[in-house]
Formats: sequence, C-alpha cells, structure tokens
Amino acid sequence: MNVAPFEGIGASVKRKEDLRFLSGRGHYTDDINRPNQTYAMILRSPHAHAAIARIDTAAAAAMPGVVAVFTGADMPSIGGLPCGWQIHSKDGSPMQEPPHPVLAQGKVRFVGDAVAVVIAESKSQARDAAEAIDVDYTVLPAVASTEAAIAKGAPEVHDGVAGNICYDWHIGDPAVNAAAFVGAHKVVEFELVNNRLIPNAMEPRSAIGDFDPTTDEHTLYTTSQNPHVIRLLMGAFVLQIPEHKLRVVAPDVGGGFGSKIFHYAEEAIVTWAAARVHRPVKWTADRNESFMTDAHGRDHVTKARLALDANGKFLALHVTTLANMGAYLSTFAPSVPTYLYATLLAGVYTTPTVYAEVKAVFTNTVPVDAYRGAGRPEATFLLERLVDVAAREMGIDKVALRRRNFIPADAFPYQTPVALQYDSGNYQATLDQALVTADWAGFETRRAAAKARGRLRGIGISTYVEACGIAPSAVVGALGARAGLYEVGTIRVHPTGSVTVLTGTHSHGQGHETTFAQLVTEQLGVPIAQVDIVHGDTAKVPFGMGSYGSRSLAVGGSAMVKAMDKIVLKARKIAAHLLEASLDDVEFDPRAGAFRVAGTDKQKTWGEITLTAYVPHNYPIEELEPGLEETAFYDPKNFTYPGGCHICEVEIEPETGHVQLVNFTAVDDIGRVINPMIVEGQVQGGVAQGIGQALLEGCVYDADGQLLSGSFMDYTMPRADDLAPVSVATHTTLCTHNPLGVKGCGEVGAIGSPPAVINAVVDALKDYGVRHIEMPATPAKVWSIINAGLRLAAE
Amino acid sequence: MPQVTLTVNGKTSTVEVEGRTLLVELLREKLRLTGTHVGCDTSQCGACVVHMNGESVKACTTLALQADGASITTIEGLAKADGTLHPMQEAFREYHALQCGFCTPGMVMSAIDLVQKHPEGLSEKEIREGLEGNLCRCTGYHNIVKAIDAAQAVMHGKAASIAPATV
Repeated sequence: MNVAPFEGIGASVKRKEDLRFLSGRGHYTDDINRPNQTYAMILRSPHAHAAIARIDTAAAAAMPGVVAVFTGADMPSIGGLPCGWQIHSKDGSPMQEPPHPVLAQGKVRFVGDAVAVVIAESKSQARDAAEAIDVDYTVLPAVASTEAAIAKGAPEVHDGVAGNICYDWHIGDPAVNAAAFVGAHKVVEFELVNNRLIPNAMEPRSAIGDFDPTTDEHTLYTTSQNPHVIRLLMGAFVLQIPEHKLRVVAPDVGGGFGSKIFHYAEEAIVTWAAARVHRPVKWTADRNESFMTDAHGRDHVTKARLALDANGKFLALHVTTLANMGAYLSTFAPSVPTYLYATLLAGVYTTPTVYAEVKAVFTNTVPVDAYRGAGRPEATFLLERLVDVAAREMGIDKVALRRRNFIPADAFPYQTPVALQYDSGNYQATLDQALVTADWAGFETRRAAAKARGRLRGIGISTYVEACGIAPSAVVGALGARAGLYEVGTIRVHPTGSVTVLTGTHSHGQGHETTFAQLVTEQLGVPIAQVDIVHGDTAKVPFGMGSYGSRSLAVGGSAMVKAMDKIVLKARKIAAHLLEASLDDVEFDPRAGAFRVAGTDKQKTWGEITLTAYVPHNYPIEELEPGLEETAFYDPKNFTYPGGCHICEVEIEPETGHVQLVNFTAVDDIGRVINPMIVEGQVQGGVAQGIGQALLEGCVYDADGQLLSGSFMDYTMPRADDLAPVSVATHTTLCTHNPLGVKGCGEVGAIGSPPAVINAVVDALKDYGVRHIEMPATPAKVWSIINAGLRLAAE
Repeated sequence: MPQVTLTVNGKTSTVEVEGRTLLVELLREKLRLTGTHVGCDTSQCGACVVHMNGESVKACTTLALQADGASITTIEGLAKADGTLHPMQEAFREYHALQCGFCTPGMVMSAIDLVQKHPEGLSEKEIREGLEGNLCRCTGYHNIVKAIDAAQAVMHGKAASIAPATV
C-alpha cells in the first residue's frame, strides 16, 4: 500500500469533513426529520422568580393541530436533572444540591425556566398553542448577582438553602498562607470581576425524541458534545431507561464551546413525550431560547492579595471568589470555580503558598457552567492582571517580574501548592519567542507614532498555564466527579485493509475526522482516504465521555493509539505465522505498509495480513482468534498542561473610547502538533472568543433577574471587522505521560488572551491614572476614563 | 393556503405556504434543502443567506410569498453538476475557513455576492466590513478573510486557481 508520508503526524492535511459542510450536506440535528414527526414548543417563565398557583392548558389543548400539552404535574415521578460533580465545603458538608425539575414544579427560578410543553403537528401550531396557556404566577423577589444573593435578608432561590450558598470551599493551607504575608515587603490588593458570557454556538440546540413501541427502544437525536454522558445521565437519573433501550445520537454539531456538554431539560422532555404520544417529537431552540437557556459562563467576583519581597519574588497569594451557579446546578458547574480554577492559581509562577476560598452562590439566573476554558480563563485573568499591577506598583518591568517568578524550565515535574503537578513546560521559551514575534522591543516607537496620529497605543502581555485532558478517573473521583473520565477507541480493520475508528469523543468543529485519521496513517500506514472516524452515536461507539476540556486528542487519541498497538501486535502474529518467523523477528513498517522479517527480504503487505485475519485458511487458529478489531480504554495519568505567552497591541481613539485591536501574537506550547493548520484555526478561534470577552461581550441581568442581553441585537458578538489577524506559533515541550505527547489546543486561545488585551488597554491609558478596567472594555467605559482624566488635568 | 412558485437551484416547484412562512422554512421544511441554516431570530447571524435573483438575502427575514416567481440559489446549488466546487467553496477548504460548518453556507453565499458586487477587488479591510452581516463563532474570521481574498482573484479572472495556503 502506498502511503503519502505527508498525511501523518505534523502534516497540514486539508479536512475530510469540509466537502459536506461546503456543499450543504452537513447533517445537523435540526436537519433530521423523522416520519410522522411532531413539534414541541416550550412555554418559559417570563419571571426570574415566581410561584405558580395554576396552569390552565385547556384552551391550548383545544387549538388546531395540538397533540398534547404537558406540565410539571404530568411528570412528577421523573427525577430531576442530575449534577455530575459534588463539592464539599470547608466544614466537610456536601454542597447544597436542590432538585432541578425538568418542567417547573410549583415555582420558576429564572427567566426561561421551562413551565409547559405543547406538542403539535407543526411548529407554528405549537407556538400558537403555547401562547394560549394561562399561567397564574405570583411574582417573588429575585436575586441576579452573587453580591445580592449573599446579602443579609436576600430572597432564597431555593427554600432552605441558607444565604443562597451552594458551597463554601477552600484549597491551600490558610495558616501557612497567612504567615507568608507577615513582614512582606509589599502586598498588592486587587478586586476584579470576570464577566458573565453567553456561549452562542452558531447552531441553536435541538433535540428529537423517538420511540419504537415494538422494541421499547428510545432514540434521542441531540446537539451534544458527549452523547454517552447524556445517555448515562438521562437514562439512569431522569427517565429510568436502561442503556440498552436508549440510543443517543449527536450528529454534526454546530459548535459547542462547553454549552453542549450538559444534559438539558429539553432532551428529557422530547424523549419522554415521544413515548407518551407514540410519535417522534422535535424541538429546536430559537436564538432567544439559546440566550436564556444555554448554560452561561464565567461570572466571578474576586478579591486577591499578592505578597512580594523587595526583589519582586512572589511570597504568597490569597484569593476569595464568589462564583455564580445560576438557579440550578448544571452538569459540571460545581467543578468549574474549584478544581478547574483555584488549582490553577499558581499559574506559571513559583509562588510558594496559595490559598483560595470559593463561595458558589445560587441566583435567579440561567445555570452557569463550563464555557471554553472553564475556570482557567478566570484564574489566568486574575493572575496576569495582578502581576501587571504589581509590576507597576513595585516599579519593576512587567516582563522582568514575570521572568523572575517563572517556574524554571528544568524544574519539571513541578508540584504546585494547589494540588496540580505540571509534567512539562518552558515558559521562558514561549515568552522569548512571543517577544520577538511581537517586536516588543520596538513598541515605544509605535506608541510614539500612534500618539502623533492622535491615538493611544498600548501593549499587553499574558503568560499562562492551563490544565487539559481531563483526567485521571481516580483523581477526579476523589475530587467529587460522579463519573470516570477515561476515553474509548475501537479500531476496526476491514478485510481489505481500510479502517473504521469508533471514538467516544465528539467533533463539533475540531476536525477529528481528519486529525484522528492522521493518527491511523502514522501508526498503521493506511491513507486517510481509507479511514473513517465514527463518533456521536451510542449504538455504534462502545462508550465514551465526549469532548470538552481540550481532551479529545490527549485522552481519545491516546485510546486510539493503545488500540492500534493491539492491532499491530495481532497483525505481527499473523505475519509471523505466514512468514514462518518468530514474532520477535517480525517488524511492521507503516510507511511501507509491510511486515518484514528483520534482516531478510521476506515480507507480507498490510492487505495480505488484513485479508488473512478474515479468511483464516492458513492461520494460527489455536492461538489467535480471526478478525482484526481492537478496543482500548485509556485513563490518563495526569492532566496535560499547555502554556504559553500572548501579546496584544491596541490603539484607542480618545474621542470615542473605541479600542482597536492592531496586533495579536500567540505562542503556545500544546505539546506535539498533529495538524498545524487545524491548530492554528483552533487558536485563532479561541483568541477571538477571548478578545470578545475582553472588549465586546457581557451578559447583563437587571436587579430583578430580567435578561437584558437576550439577543444578538443586545449581546455583542465579535464580527470580522472587530478583529485583526492573529499570529499563531507553537513551541513544543512534549507531554510526558500520554503516548502522543500532546497537550490540547482547543482552549488556550480563550485562556491566554483576555488579560493580554486588558493589560494592553490599561497600558494605553497609563497616563490617565487607571489601575484596572473591567471587561468588556467598551467604548463607554474607556471614554469615561479618558474624560475623567482630562477633567482631572484641567482642574 | 396561498401558493408560491419559485425556481430553486434550477428546479421549479410550486408549494403551499402560510402567509407567515419564511423563505428559509420553505427551503428547509418543504423542499428539504437543509444546507441553509437558521442561527438566530433577529436577522443578525447570516447563516440563512441565499441568493434571490442573484442577490444575497437573509432567508429568515424573507417571507416565502416574497419569493414567488423568484430564482433562488442555495449552497446546494453552487457546485457544478460534475461536483466541481465554486471557487469560493474551494478557497474555504484550502484556507481552513470553516470549523463546525454551521455558519459556512451563509458565509459562502454572502462572500460570493460581496465579491461579485466589487469587480474592482476588495482590500482586507473591505472584506472584513463586507462580512458585517455574518457571524462565525469558531474561526475568528481570519481564514475566512484569506479565503475570500483568494477566491476573488479567481472569480475576477486574475488567477486560474485558488492560491495555496501557506500553513
């Protein structure tokens, strides 16, 4: 078999999936139509907090085309939506975990909470009927922000959850930490907000329930990043359907960014309702439903203190954070501000003691959960703003201060004071490379030139580390995860030598159909045109935990490698038999597609071996089963730790406060690169979301819990002319504990970039006495700072 | 119910619709052309862009009745019958200008109209401004801008084929 060597690891192979997407043949959930299908419309609460006295569905049920109307009263026996992670508070008590009903049970707790569902012959009939449902609400006082929720006498989101505190958790040794502040040369105090974001994958969520009464089998088609997780959560905890009677299909999915990890009410509603009405039931969100029901991201309020010695060495970091959980606990919500945030607060620095307290708080808002980066952007933003402020207040160059505190390149594996052990990295190298690429040294010339044009130019830097590839099952189990986090890969070699890969990860933009095929080419020598990657169907793929936390390659790819190791071993056994050689003497050369007896010219081709496996006429049948298919479960030994340096340059128009991005440099260490083209695309996309957070995006609730940023008219998404070209480069140190040496590239862009942008904005405004500017740095905020400065100067 | 007769990708159909039926609903639900997507409800995202009588329109804010007698081209109708891609489709593939693929049909249809309306050629800045009506959450737009730049050279006859990407 001829193998083009450039299709393997390291080649920028064009994507296999593109042809169908570019031809309109993508197959997304809403593109699926089942015979005799009905349509669901969900009536949602217009109130942030209200008691429901009565729901009158009679008029709706009598409307044309209506098949059924269901409320919470019809589903009382159904368990609520489960939470997949349990955190314990400082005092050892488990987190507060109030029930999360699929349809409201007597109360609604956020604008968008599901109250009733209409099933009708057409979507418009369902919509009309939903409007005819009469709900008798008694509006209750609501809380939208974490500060309001913990204020004395605040309304309770859930009866009996005192002070709206879900948990009060900590990490680190408070006594050691306090002692390290005593006698410090300098303590920098800082407060900041990590703004709440709305993920807005371009494809709205959709779900279709189908039920076959002859076999009692349920099928759910859904926009999910992890169909097996949905099967587990919905089957076991919500609807009590055993796995072998529940199939979950996640076909092409139009972006996720975390928001499609979670098990949502609509998935349970359509699956349950399809079995009730004995017809398929389809639901697709309008964008306004996406805004008010997709889990939001971030939403932290943090106070931090950093102690330094006279030379600027970090002595101790103390952090207290309020994290918004929203009205109910979404699937992974409790893990985000704890084990994905506070454990990253050592960052790339040798700070000997870190102590963090995190209070998670219920509010009358949509649930908050993982959004691209999940906890790590919050940690990075805090650290990299804090270091900039410290540099300025100590009179130390901001790059020099970072270098002075970096974990040395020869100190790996490095044990941080907050549980994690980084296996590899080289923060000096990524910094050096980024400084050169961004022409850091030449910046003051550019600043002066901008000033001559009437513009304020600033430069900002961020050096970061994050944790990906979640995660060793035993570790996350000890930390409260209610699932294992391994991954599964099956390699099915067909008689003629082509390959089907079944993977438990899911691709929703990442290009797995290409990169995973490249792994097969590398290890088995089969051209990518003869490799199919199958994902997203619990009836086809044995098991899996899905894609999030940049884990697909590090965990799912590693499972594939393990399965391919088994394939190669079995194929070598078959070859040894045919070649009448001992196994130890038979080598496989994937580039040549040949099994050879070492030191001889005797060989068998890949195709001869694969055919023999299925036509075992001359075969070691006593010792070896026919066939060539292997499955591996891979449980990682550690997280992976991508890191790097992002540098941003902005220009501000003082008359309007508009911040124009003019330059962005990213140098990331993501371990071994499989497909440089796809990596560049992932980083560019992540950086765009980070820039969006820093300059444009912000979810706004009013004090009563009304969502004010509820459409693309009100929530500023980055558009092409808001952004500038992003220079992407990589500097590789290999991950030491997975077989590919990969770390993950999906989130680095969104993690490293926001502080680089805000540091640049603050730098541009340095003559205006500004210490910090909250995200998003909108023209209104920037203009106000400039104007206040001008007024001060005039006085 | 009123009827609409329209030609989509060269094929003429007569379809019964409600007065409120949108063009995108007609395409997706009645003609089962699901390549055209719906990404929002405020005419902001552009996932639904198709060509109506040669000009790009947002099919989510066009009533099906407005398309009576019109000639519509959707993403499914861009490639030649032998499967040869339109230069814009080819450029998107070459420059990795798509990830999840959801915004892609609308992005490609908008880009073609943008280039066709500017035979004099578009600068990078003009391409960025010309994409104001289309949202992409995956790519950060950089590769989309590069792809459109490469495609305009071919569409205006200044290059025989899409210039290869360097990454």
